[in-house]
Amino acid sequence: MRKVKKPVFFIVLALILLFAASVFIGFSTYYGDMTTVYIKGAENIRFGIDIKGGVDVTFTPPEGVEATDANMDAAKEVIVQRMVNLGITDYECYIDYDNSRIIVRFPWKEGEANFDPEAAVKELGETAELTFREGHEVDELGAPTGITAENIILVGSDIQEAYAAYRQDDSGAYIWSVSLELTASGTEKFAEATTRLYQENGVISIWMDETCISYPSVNAAITDGRAEITGSFDAESAKALADKINSGALPFKLVTASFSTISPSLGAGALEAMIIAGIIAFALIAIFMIAAYRLPGAVAVIALVGQVAGTLAFVSGYFGFMNGSILTIPGIAGIILAVGMGVDANIITAERIREELEKGKTLDGSIETGFKTAFSAILDGNVTMVLVAIILMGAFGTPDSIFAKALHFAFFMFGPSTAGTIYSFGFTLLSGVILNLFFGVFCSRIMLASLSKFKALRDPRLYGGVKNA
Amino acid sequence: MHKKFNIDFIGHRKIYFIISAVMVAVSILATFVLGADLDIQFKGGTIITYVYDGEIDGNAFAADAKEILGGTGVNYTTGVDFSTGKNNIQLSLISTDGLSSDKQFELTNSLSEKYAANNLELIESSDVSPSSGKEFFLKCIVAVILSSIVLILYIALRFRKIGGWLAGICAIIALLHDCTIVYGTFIVCGMSINANFMAVLLTILGYSINDTIVVYDRVRENTRLYGKSKNRNEIVNLSINQCLTRSLNTSITTVMAMLTVTIVSAVCGVTSIISFSLPVMIGMIAGTYSSVCFTTPLWAFFEDKKSGKQKGGKPVSNKA
Repeated sequence: MRKVKKPVFFIVLALILLFAASVFIGFSTYYGDMTTVYIKGAENIRFGIDIKGGVDVTFTPPEGVEATDANMDAAKEVIVQRMVNLGITDYECYIDYDNSRIIVRFPWKEGEANFDPEAAVKELGETAELTFREGHEVDELGAPTGITAENIILVGSDIQEAYAAYRQDDSGAYIWSVSLELTASGTEKFAEATTRLYQENGVISIWMDETCISYPSVNAAITDGRAEITGSFDAESAKALADKINSGALPFKLVTASFSTISPSLGAGALEAMIIAGIIAFALIAIFMIAAYRLPGAVAVIALVGQVAGTLAFVSGYFGFMNGSILTIPGIAGIILAVGMGVDANIITAERIREELEKGKTLDGSIETGFKTAFSAILDGNVTMVLVAIILMGAFGTPDSIFAKALHFAFFMFGPSTAGTIYSFGFTLLSGVILNLFFGVFCSRIMLASLSKFKALRDPRLYGGVKNA
Repeated sequence: MHKKFNIDFIGHRKIYFIISAVMVAVSILATFVLGADLDIQFKGGTIITYVYDGEIDGNAFAADAKEILGGTGVNYTTGVDFSTGKNNIQLSLISTDGLSSDKQFELTNSLSEKYAANNLELIESSDVSPSSGKEFFLKCIVAVILSSIVLILYIALRFRKIGGWLAGICAIIALLHDCTIVYGTFIVCGMSINANFMAVLLTILGYSINDTIVVYDRVRENTRLYGKSKNRNEIVNLSINQCLTRSLNTSITTVMAMLTVTIVSAVCGVTSIISFSLPVMIGMIAGTYSSVCFTTPLWAFFEDKKSGKQKGGKPVSNKA
């Protein structure tokens, strides 16, 4: 640490301030190679429905109905398709196969005043109306018209099953396709239609509710009830289409296991209050730290700015390589706890430096020993936080996250919970604690070591000691 | 602010144990006297809140709702919605079976028609089936238990030099102590046990364990330095006193921050945040108290019991 030079403080300070400014403001031209990259700022933070308002609903098959995994996949497709139709793009939707549940969460859209959440949820849960229609004639709104509106060849109940298949085509290449198995009544109707349409070079369009999901041309008369749709499918798109087709054959209607809505006006006040409180609280902490610990206190405040900005950066998805997370009220609690940990790390260190000075050590020696002796307590405290945060993220995260998979042994009997807000707590706590080790320990250390090289700042009283004899 | 402390924590431990026991007892007793208000997030049920213009007769409104729902009992409370400044009415269904979205849709539509003049607007609704509520509750409990086990293991490993297992168990006893006091705060303030409660509990869990670790760390260090010349009780006293300024200053900053949040929320009328910030503040005070006065003296007490009648009279270096 003795090697830390005078200018280091200013470099670290400038970097932290630039980083903080870019996090709060957003798009940035500060970093050379990032100038062209649009950077997500604080305004891009996605707030949870407990702050912003929105809808949180869990769908499940009615009591006594055993749903297969394929059923659940199909049901999810219906919900996603309908959300898109309703203009809801910012949604979370995932399946809990263990408990046959589909969890859907979406915030209010900006400026959406007349959205009726009850009607929307009611619609999401309805059984999809799947139809196979002759031709692909649509009006300007995309709704079926002409012969397509008139001639419905098959309905959802005519389909036994649809699945994605992988096979060799005539030329020997492997391709993805969607295979259909029809019921007896379906086979009959389909045979009649395909025989005619094959001769006419016709197409059959497939509709979910009022949305066309595919319109393959008829390449053969299909009389055995086994049809196949080919085209430029990959594994994913083939499965998606199969799921959508299955949704029409879904033997049940989804019901809500839990359903909550929060009006946007209810959340707006909460966010505003939190911002005001956050600014005042930060100012008070800064005054206290500087009053109590002088120079180390001032350095701590700079490090805290970096830590808070860093946490918000993780939340907003500022770092391109990882996704952000939704910020909820418990998530804000996580930030507060992490800031508390950051303050604590700096206090522990400052106290240690003071102790060393009281023992009569030199300033440089005291700073070095102070950081060294403080580190084990800070590390243990922060590692325990990391452990708690990981458990929370595993317990309350989406089922496909790594932490959820790692902790499946403990939580297998529970589905993804109905209150994902706690996940946000784990996320902000984990980011905050990791950042604390960087800003609160590493940055504080080099900043203080650098400042102590200035003659004017070598008075031990600035570090809580007594005046040089 | 940098006062030197020399308080005999070990000598006064009986007083601290009694204070802690009383606090915990009060929290538990409060449950029986005041009753715990388990939120529908945990027990299942339905609450729907509307805001409206003009006047509404709550009794008639609830009766209408009951009729639309086909006879399901409905309770109501009225108030003023802080964000819109309008009057609100909150319906809670007596049945905890949950309400289908179809039924809820029908309810809102029918009521809006009937009270068209009042401009009824759905502001908040929450419906949880009893099974998913119970499951969420159990999941929270499992998360807390799993966290506790992992923390005991970690402390046992990191503090094995000072008898880690016992130290870990004492830290968890202190956690239970703090969490019970937080729980008591919820009960006494009449706040319902909901997801916010879990967030508070987890915050305090983290805060308290960190506080405890800072003191343990000092005990570990002092045992290394003075293990041969001082007995356990002296080392514990020394360690707590050395950490005291830090413990108090950290508490002051964090409690100050939470107090700010509480006051601002109270001024703005954001009750959802007060139900978080107030118990966190009290939990932080409890956490600081327990880490200073309760956990380490308790650990020293157990170590004494374990090593027989020496009463901390023997240097502890041979424990390592």
